Amino acid sequence: MSKKPSATIEQKTAALSAHASASVNAALTKEQRIELFRQMVRIRRFEERSLRAYQTKNSQGGSNIGGFLHLYIGQEAVAVGCCSLMGKNDHVITAYRDHGHAIAVGMDTKGLMAELYGKVTGCSKGKGGSMHYFDPSRNFWGGHGIVGGQIPLGVGLAYGVKYKGLKGAAMAFMGDGAVNQGAVHESYNLAALWNLPCVFVIENNGYSMGTSQARSSAGSLAKRAEGYDMAWGQCDGHDVYEVRATMDKFLKLAREEHRPSIVEIDTYRYRGHSVADPDDTYRSKTEIEEYRRSKDPIQVFQAILLAEGVLTPETAEQIDTAARTEADEAAAFADASPYPTVEDIQKDVYWETDNPAQRTSEGRLFFN
Amino acid sequence: MPLITYREAIRHALAEELTRDPNVVVMGEEVGQFNGAYKVTQGLLEKFGPKRVADTPISEAGFIGMGIGASMLGVRPVMELMFWSFYSVAFDQILNNAANVRYMSGGQINCPIVIRGPANGGTNVGATHSHTPENILAAHPGVKVVVPSTAYDAKGLLKSAIRDNDPVFFLENTLLYGDKGEVPDGEYLVPLGKADVKRTGKDVTIVTYGRPVIHSLAVAELLAKEHDISAEVVDLRSIRPLDIDTVLASVRKTGRVLIVEEQKPFCGVGAQLTYMIQAEAFDDLDAPIARLCTIDAPAIYSPPVETEQLPNPQRILKAALALLD
Repeated sequence: MSKKPSATIEQKTAALSAHASASVNAALTKEQRIELFRQMVRIRRFEERSLRAYQTKNSQGGSNIGGFLHLYIGQEAVAVGCCSLMGKNDHVITAYRDHGHAIAVGMDTKGLMAELYGKVTGCSKGKGGSMHYFDPSRNFWGGHGIVGGQIPLGVGLAYGVKYKGLKGAAMAFMGDGAVNQGAVHESYNLAALWNLPCVFVIENNGYSMGTSQARSSAGSLAKRAEGYDMAWGQCDGHDVYEVRATMDKFLKLAREEHRPSIVEIDTYRYRGHSVADPDDTYRSKTEIEEYRRSKDPIQVFQAILLAEGVLTPETAEQIDTAARTEADEAAAFADASPYPTVEDIQKDVYWETDNPAQRTSEGRLFFN
Repeated sequence: MPLITYREAIRHALAEELTRDPNVVVMGEEVGQFNGAYKVTQGLLEKFGPKRVADTPISEAGFIGMGIGASMLGVRPVMELMFWSFYSVAFDQILNNAANVRYMSGGQINCPIVIRGPANGGTNVGATHSHTPENILAAHPGVKVVVPSTAYDAKGLLKSAIRDNDPVFFLENTLLYGDKGEVPDGEYLVPLGKADVKRTGKDVTIVTYGRPVIHSLAVAELLAKEHDISAEVVDLRSIRPLDIDTVLASVRKTGRVLIVEEQKPFCGVGAQLTYMIQAEAFDDLDAPIARLCTIDAPAIYSPPVETEQLPNPQRILKAALALLD
């Protein structure tokens, strides 16, 4: 069963006032609006550059990037819209399609690209890879590889915020393929039962790997919240204003009333589940092209900003050129960086062995 | 010194740490209002209130994962599993998230969580409730695994575990909860990774941990009285970190080793010990290393037969005499 765009760029631009005038968007300065656009473009160009690196050999004839590469292209408005609302006590955790969130919370693309290359200068020192980006200094808690496995941790972040008496919220992102995992439902129940400030964000791109929503999930994804007496909402994830307007409401509910919620955001990925995904067994090229043509989140927002008079075609072009340059520079940095050493393999396993002066336990921790 | 039970010793450790550090919370199924399925947490809710002692729904993956997430933010949760056997429904949280998050983040994130509860057979509850997963847990770098055999050790080790900045899995034993031991009034810590020679001897080393320590001490007494054999009993106390040096020192003294564990033999803790002893003390061995485990099958229900499936004094005695024959 194919997925269909819910609205076109033309319809969106004509109807943009409803979300543009939402207080959280109306309050944005011109620079802030351009910054949202810039972040989306930076994610797109980073992802395209990483795909190119994945598909080409390095100077020694080896792979630049190993393993999986789950690209965020097409979904940029979701991470950018959500993360642009973060205050200092708000936290983010997501699954393995994590590059967009990492850039949206402000991580340096050099460290992100170097992590893909498995270099010691990577954000996780080459130990995590594409699926395992982390930056606790920016309240970004990963980057998790097991479908739905990060959601209980997201509830734990919300619990921690509340336990410490802080006014904040956790955004726990998952894909539409995660919603049937038991751990996700246990998390819904705990968050609702204990009134934890957690917003469960379902990025519904229509496919859990190669299985359409119709073939994997019964009923509505967000409406399942009602069974847990939780608030819920749905929005179009191709319009960054709409994402912000919707998420602002649920984040406030979490921060101010400690009420959790489920927000389902309609989005679409242009690339396969992973780079190795053949991508022609479960959806048509026509479907992908239809999304690219009519719903591309960057094109949608560019049209909105042009209509608002905030952006000119020349500025848009400059932003794009700068994003391409940044991605190229990140790749060059990654390429030039050293790999971790064999001695590095057993570092960062235990706090104690990394802080030997403060070690209190005795005995052997490693068995070589 | 006051005599208190293993159960009370654990409760005192929890109460002292709850008092000492406002970031410590106790969570689990029935730990609060019900006073604990095995009464370990009795009275803690009344003393510390629902913010510090919280009843969770039956939802191990959810609440253990929540504890892990909270620990990343600096809360220090002590999570009770009513039985360690239930770890299987939280496996992904325990061994993918808690064990790996520090490594995968390049050392940026710590996970100071303790997961505790009983892990033993011998209570006629069948195979689903009788798992002893210390070998499976300890096979994951990034975690620590502790198995106390006495009230004194249980209290001191649990306090150390709660203060540890890495995830610590603390495996108790329902059949030891009522055992009394000498425990001093004041505060003390037992470091993780330090084995304890519970009885000194010169003819044979019995390396063990958990409830089989108690059986092994009884057997050592019999060996001395009735067979004129002097057995040394080494209680590992901690599986990872592992105090192999204390084991090796004992082996070098006695030349004979019997490993006793309440574990199935395949890939059990004793398999690792056997490898390390032969690798590091081969020339000191006067006989092949002997090993007594739980008989290799799922835990049988039938009460009198389950006793025979586990290490018990008769089986340990027989194995020790065979080794010295």
